[in-house]
Amino acid sequence: MTQNEFLKIVMPFKDKVFRLAKRLLVSTEEAEDATQEVLLKLWKNKTKIGAYKNVEAFSMTMTKNFCFDKLKSKQAQNLKIVHSNYEDKQTPLQKQVELNDSVNWVAKIIEELPEQQRMIIQLRDIEEYDFDEIAKMLEMNNTAVRVNLSRARKTIREKLTNTHNYGIK
Amino acid sequence: MVLNNIENLLEKYENGETTLKEEQQLKHYFLNETVAPHLEMYKPMFDYFLVNQQEQYTKEIPLKTKRSFNYKWISVAAIAVLMLGVYFGKSYNNDLGTYEDPQLAFNDFSRSMEMISKKFNKGASTVGYLNEVNKGTSTLKYLNEIENTTGIIFKN
Repeated sequence: MTQNEFLKIVMPFKDKVFRLAKRLLVSTEEAEDATQEVLLKLWKNKTKIGAYKNVEAFSMTMTKNFCFDKLKSKQAQNLKIVHSNYEDKQTPLQKQVELNDSVNWVAKIIEELPEQQRMIIQLRDIEEYDFDEIAKMLEMNNTAVRVNLSRARKTIREKLTNTHNYGIK
Repeated sequence: MVLNNIENLLEKYENGETTLKEEQQLKHYFLNETVAPHLEMYKPMFDYFLVNQQEQYTKEIPLKTKRSFNYKWISVAAIAVLMLGVYFGKSYNNDLGTYEDPQLAFNDFSRSMEMISKKFNKGASTVGYLNEVNKGTSTLKYLNEIENTTGIIFKN
């Protein structure tokens, strides 16, 4: 397999790998490293790629496991992950600021969810995979995915309602 | 879209029972249409999902194409060459050929022997000139006779 063929396979889902890693590791740098690591592992085992039924699902599972290892490792325990993703988003309007603010609230709420639920929200609501695929990626069964998803969505809604009503009621 | 419908979908959504298509409808509603005031708290959630969908991995992927040379095959090649060398070297020394027909062998043998004797005789005949040298030395003996006679003369 040449480099080009490999990239053709990997390109469609490399962003998804990155976003899942970021969902779990929070920091952009860490997520970039994780993505690189996962893709390099795939490249090293490129001879076996043909044997995988679904390279994308396989990579997502790999990403999940890699990030869990990362989180469990001592390095992660000692090192407080600092994420300073400075972004220069142009916000000319007060409205925009307000919106951005509430979007940040969502980010914070999701960050507080348990890892399992975070991943499911990521895979379902952002990447829009169907339940069977998610179940395969996370090595869970279909119902467990649904239950966790429902819990996560309810938590997000409750917290959002609270923030939304804050200062009103 | 009917508001009632959206509310139903939201409930299903929270129970994790919506299909991807229905979720698309919800997203479309919250992102593109004016949201009913009592549902406004959902809006940032869908905004957030949209923003996150667009995030991309921009770092380069350092794929190493440098192939490590396999030294195993060098040794295999070396052994192959060695074996060939031994095989051909041996057969080259031993194989001189042979005659099948005894008559032919005899003819060839006698011919080569004849050649050897001819050459030998030629060599021996040149050696015959050495007799001339002997003849020359024998004539030198006469000088001794002369010496004898002069000796007799000087004695007197």
